Parts: sequence; C-alpha cells; structure tokens
Amino acid sequence: MSLDFNRNHFDLFGLPQAFALDTARLDQAYRDIQAEIHPDRFAHAGESEQRLAMQWATKVNEAYQTLKKPFERARYLLSLNGVDAMDARNTSMPADFLMLQMEWREALEQARAGKNEKTLRALEQTLQEQARGMRAELGVLLDEQRAYARAGDTLRKLRFMDKLLEEVGAAYESLD
Amino acid sequence: MALLQISEPGLSTAPHQHRLAVGIDLGTTNSLVATVRNGVAVVLNDAHGHGLLPSVVRFHKDGTTTVGIAAQAQAADDPHNTIISAKRFMGRGIKDIPDAATMPYQFVDAPGMVQIKTVAGVKSPVEVSAEILKTLKARAEASLGGDLVGAVITVPAYFDDAQRQATKDAAKVAGINVLRLLNEPTAAAIAYGLDNASEGIYAVYDLGGGTFDISILKLTKGVFEVLATNGDSALGGDDFDRRIYCWILEKAGLHAIDDHDKTLLMARAREAKETLSEHAQAKITAVLTSGEVVDQSLSEDGFNEMTASLVNKTLAPCRKALRDAGLDASEVKGVVMVGGSTRVPRIQAAVGEFFGQTPLTNLDPDKVVALGAAIQANVLAGNKSGDDWLLLDVVPLSLGLETMGGLTEKIIPRNATIPTARAQEFTTYKDGQTAMSIHVVQGERELVSDCRSLARFELRGIPPMVAGAARIRVTFQVDADGLLSVTAREMGTGVESHIAVKPSYGLTDDEVATMLRDSYAHAQDDMTARNLAEARVDGQRLLEATEAALAENGEALLSPAERAVVEKQIADLRTVLQGGDLAAVKRATEALNHGTVEFAARRMDISVRKALTGHRLDELEI
Ligand SMILES: Nc1ncnc2c1ncn2[C@@H]1O[C@H](COP(=O)(O)OP(=O)(O)O)[C@@H](O)[C@H]1O
Ligand SMILES: [Mg+2]
Repeated sequence: MSLDFNRNHFDLFGLPQAFALDTARLDQAYRDIQAEIHPDRFAHAGESEQRLAMQWATKVNEAYQTLKKPFERARYLLSLNGVDAMDARNTSMPADFLMLQMEWREALEQARAGKNEKTLRALEQTLQEQARGMRAELGVLLDEQRAYARAGDTLRKLRFMDKLLEEVGAAYESLD
Repeated sequence: MALLQISEPGLSTAPHQHRLAVGIDLGTTNSLVATVRNGVAVVLNDAHGHGLLPSVVRFHKDGTTTVGIAAQAQAADDPHNTIISAKRFMGRGIKDIPDAATMPYQFVDAPGMVQIKTVAGVKSPVEVSAEILKTLKARAEASLGGDLVGAVITVPAYFDDAQRQATKDAAKVAGINVLRLLNEPTAAAIAYGLDNASEGIYAVYDLGGGTFDISILKLTKGVFEVLATNGDSALGGDDFDRRIYCWILEKAGLHAIDDHDKTLLMARAREAKETLSEHAQAKITAVLTSGEVVDQSLSEDGFNEMTASLVNKTLAPCRKALRDAGLDASEVKGVVMVGGSTRVPRIQAAVGEFFGQTPLTNLDPDKVVALGAAIQANVLAGNKSGDDWLLLDVVPLSLGLETMGGLTEKIIPRNATIPTARAQEFTTYKDGQTAMSIHVVQGERELVSDCRSLARFELRGIPPMVAGAARIRVTFQVDADGLLSVTAREMGTGVESHIAVKPSYGLTDDEVATMLRDSYAHAQDDMTARNLAEARVDGQRLLEATEAALAENGEALLSPAERAVVEKQIADLRTVLQGGDLAAVKRATEALNHGTVEFAARRMDISVRKALTGHRLDELEI
C-alpha cells in the first residue's frame, strides 16, 4: 500500500478538518514531517529518493502555507466542500462594505500623500481589527453553521482587507 | 577474474567511513574552504598557513592562471588580466554593472552574462570563479588526503536565479559535486546556532566586499527557519573603497589616470578604510605611473561622512525584512555580524542602534560562513553527527512571468519556503493563437522592465481556438538549492504541447562542457580520466546509499523477487566500478537508479508516516 500523495492537507498533518486550528500542533507536525523528508535528508541518497524528497517537501510546504494563513485555510476548506469562493464571476459586495472600502482607500491616500506615519498606523490598526472580526465570523460560518455560501462572502471581504493591508505595508516603505 | 562479493543479509557492506565533504565560501573578496574534522569545523589553510584566499585570478598568455595572494599582489602590474571581485559579474549583463567604467577590464557584452577579454582569451565570470573553486578543491584534497564526495557552496541570500545558476555552473567547471547551494547568512546562523544552542529570533547582517544580506531566522528545537530575507547584491565594502578612491582623485586633482593607477589607488583606498577600523587617522601614499606622488591623510570622521549614505542603504532592507517577517526590531533576540565590512565601527554602531542591542561579533566574521557550510556539508554527505537539525530556507525575490502590457504576474512570492512549486493558468489573447511566448522574470516591481529577465520559453502547438479558450498551465518549481525550473502545457485538449527553452541568462550545457574541456586542456589532468573518476564517485555513492537503504528496510518493503532484482543491479554496478569502462559505469548506475524508483517511493511513504505517528517503523502496518 502506498500513501496517497494527493491526500488532503489536514490529513497530512493529522489535524481535524476545521477552520479552528491548533497552530502549535500544525507547526510541530510540519517540522516533524520536514525533518523526515526534506531534501537535505537525502543529499547522499540515490537520484530517485532525491527527486521524491523534493516533491514531498514541496507538497508539505504548500500544505503548511495553506493551513497557516487563515484566508487560505478558509478558501481551502470551502474548496473541499465544493465551493470556489474566488470564482471570478462572483464579485458581489454589500453596499455598506463598499462604502467602507472607499473611506479606507481615501484614508490611505491621505496618509501616503502627507507621509504621515501616525495616520497610517491608525488605519492599519482599524483594518487589522476588522480583519480579525471577519476571521472570527469565518470560524462560526464554517465550523458551526456550515454556511458555505455566506462564508464565501466573508472570505471575499477578507481578501479585500488583506490586499489593502499589503498596500499599507508598501506605503510604510515609501516613507523611507 | 575476481569473484563477486555477496554481503550478509541485512548488513551494509559499506564500511563506516568518513566521507570527505567541505564547505566553500566563494566570496567577492575572499574565499575559504572548511571541513569538519573530529567533530569540529575548521578552516583549511594553504601550504603557507593562509586560510583566506583572495578571490583574484590572473590569466597568463600560455593559458595558465595565478590565483589568490600572488595574483592580488600583481594586480596593479597587470590590471587587464587580473580579475578582482568576479562575483559581482556572475549572472549579470553589462548594463547591470553601473561602475564598469571605473574598472580596468575590457568587458564584452555577451547575451545573458558579461564576459572579459584577457590575454588568455575571452573569459566568463563563471570561468574566473571556477579557477578559485579549483584552487580550493585542490587545497582540500591535499589537506584531507582523498577525493571529495562533494561540497556545500555558499551564495548571498539575495542572489537571484541567474546568479545562483552561474555559481552552480562554476562548480561544475571546477569538477565539484555540489551537495547544496546554501545562503551565506543561513550558514553563519548554523555556525552560531550550534555553538550557542540558542532559541528565538535572530537577525544575520552580512556585509562583505560586494554584497549585502539581511536574514531573519527563527530557531526552534534544532530547526532553522528563515522567515524573511532581503539585501542588495551590489553593495559592499568595494563601494566604501570607491568613495575613498573618488575622494583621493578629487583631493589630488587627478583626472585621466591609467589602469595601473586605478588599481593601485583602489587598493590604497581599501587599506585606508581597514586602518580606520582601528585608528582615527589613515595615511594614503602612492607613486603614480607619471612619477607623481599622492600623499594624503583621511580621518575616521571624514570617512564616516563620505560613506554615511552607504551605511543607511543597508538599513532599508533590514526594515523590509522585519516587516515581511511580521516582526518588530525589539523581538529580535540577537544580531549576528558577518563579513569583513562589519568591522567598520560606524556600521556596528548603526546596526546596534537599529536593533536596539549590541551586535554579536564573537565568531570571526571572515570565517563564520565557511564554518557553517562545512557543518552542513558534513551532514549532507551522510556523516553521522550528534545533533540533528533542519534548515528551512526561502526564495529571496518573487518569481513570475510577463503578461499583456509588460506587467509582471507573480507566481511564487518572495520568502516562500523552498522547495516550492506553484502553477497558474493563462490563456490566449487572439483567436486562433497557436503559440505563446513565456517570459520568466524575478523581482518585486510591477513592470517587467524593472525586473530581472531570467528566461524565455515558447509554447507551440496550441490547438487553434477562440481567444481566451485555451488553458495553458505554467508550473514554477524551485528546488532546495533555490534554482527555478519552468514548464508549460496546454490543458484543455489533453495534448501535451512542446516547449522550446531558450535561457536568456547563464550558460547552456554545451557551453559548460566546452569550458570544462578548455580548463583541462592546460592542466596535466586528462579529461577522460576525470570523467571516469567522477562517474565512479557517482556510482559508488549510489551503491552505498542503496545498500544502506536495503539494510534499513529492504526486508520490510521489498518482496524477495523485487529484492533480488535490486541486488543483481548492485552486483552489476560493483563489478563495473572495478573496471575502467566509463559507459558501462554510467549504464549500471542509471540501471540501479531506475530500478530503485519504487523502493524509494515506499521508503518515502514510511518516512512521512513515521513523522505523523511518532511511532517506530516496525510498529506500522505496511
Ligand atoms: N578591518 C576592516 N575594516 C573595514 N573593512 C574591512 C576590514 N577587514 C576587511 N574589510 C573589508 O571586508 C570586505 C571583505 O569582506 P569578506 O567578508 O571577506 O567579503 P566577501 O564575502 O565579499 O568576500 C572588503 O571590502 C574588506 O575591505
Ligand atoms: Mg562573504
């Protein structure tokens, strides 16, 4: 019998399939597996084993990155349940969230133009708080209510937040 | 004919022997080779007791070379043929070398990588680096008394794919089996981490002669995890020298000076800089070709002032790396200083101020990278070591490809842990489009023209469809050396399309082979003997690895019939290894490689299960 190379990421790390995650257990399992299969363990082995080690380590890295980031984890859970949350055809956003988006963008522009680190920091905190709220909501929608369509809506909002936070990061660099 | 040997079941025939492996720090300014001897990492010296080999190569008319201290001493007498800091040109085009005009070399703008005209012909930076590597290899083999199994060669963490590939090519030309390309800051962390058995977040600040790296690492129970890396692969002590050099010219009112004087004054500038690390004042004296005498004095304050912007230039990458790692400077437990340039007091002060703590300088900044590389080489070669640790390193710069409008689409983000792979689907722009050109780039900028061009592929034979209907899947794979390979195929029809790969950087396999031939044309060494020796080392390595694997779980994982096949292939290989038939050795090695694919897959499964369950192998149901 051979292990299924395509087994699901949660199984790979021996974790329950849920949005709520024991990150310490994930980290530990990740390190334990890498310790066994990382290409460095096979640098003196035959070619076949070297190639397999690279494939396995690649797979384990991908699985780890997916589960570690809440956005990716939620998206992956949805895909396991047959929902493609980031389908390009689905771009609907509630009107009140669109309003908020505009406000935040304006605040970012102002902070950037005025090279104002204090407003930038304040904006970043607001955004992070909002994102935290969305992640909590995702936990309820995915793990308790199994309301996948609504989870998809929240996930799209969260993606917007993550992107905006990235822009805030870039804005910090432009202050240098 | 000698009788074939058959080993006792379950016992490895390979005697427990120490495999000779080294770590090589191929630096811009200085290179070193180190090894682990009796459990301790040591730098190997040359016959005169020198550890540091200046990375200077002089080419002579007859095709021979002088490398190291002697070449450095002759640099001003033969500036055109004495190549200093060749590492700055690795994987670089002429337009990437902004200060080419101040250098005495006759650059040739070759496609992909710049070349240099010398009396011994046009040389690629790869060949220059190969000369340095050959010298270190010979030093190691003389000192260890045997052939090397392989080497870990270090590269700046911020080296892009073209620069890494060029380094690996140089090793190939030098006849070195590369166990791994290792990032310099990570190597330094190994040397430090194992000495201090520390846990927590560390920053490694590495400023050498021509490159700057900053890496943020997390150490947890023997795992070195690189969280983020940043830097500047064209910033180092050389730039500090150039500031002093320009100051000398200005102060002495010199304009048109010849290449002898350029090289001489750059050397004086460097000496002055190094003096200022210990003293408040440095004298600069030189006699120029014209007989004119330069006699000046530079103060530490003056030096600090003229180089302040360079020091600052290293702090922006530090900020970025911390941000990428999601950390604050206050969370960093220790700052490790690496590279000769960190001896400059003003740099130590600036780094200390930035991280809010006194940086660690207890290991020799010149040697720490080579020592770390040696420790890693020892493990990779399969020599037993007491502690077990694992390195998880990252891609320094995002990898992507060009889309419509000259924009970059990132496929693999910077700081992704390697090995890694990502695939993305693209589609056609025009109705009936049957070919697609794929341009692979590396960098963070949005415009392709601001990123480094790595390679151009052409995917042909796409079935004609309406625009947007084809599905082209492009897969990027970065291996454990940080090297990229790209494949593309059309998915919709299930027809695998053909790819033409045309690298726009680096060297083709043919070019490497030619260099290899050229480099031995002038040596006593016979090319065929060399090839045979290398094939034997490869075959021997596979033989030992397979026997060890069989001893470990051949019983459990192979049926008697399967095992017999592998045993037969082992016996065949062992027989031809004793003879001198190159083709036969290659054939038998390949056969054994092929014959163990399934066994390898089963072993890998076992490894994953073992890690998952934390149980011993024999408790698992197979
Ligand atoms: N005492 C010193 N003070 C200032 N700079 C120094 C000192 N010693 C060496 N350097 C500088 O360090 C650089 C070489 O560092 P090294 O780590 O060997 O570089 P690389 O890794 O690029 O080969 C050179 O620019 C050299 O001038
Ligand atoms: Mg160095």
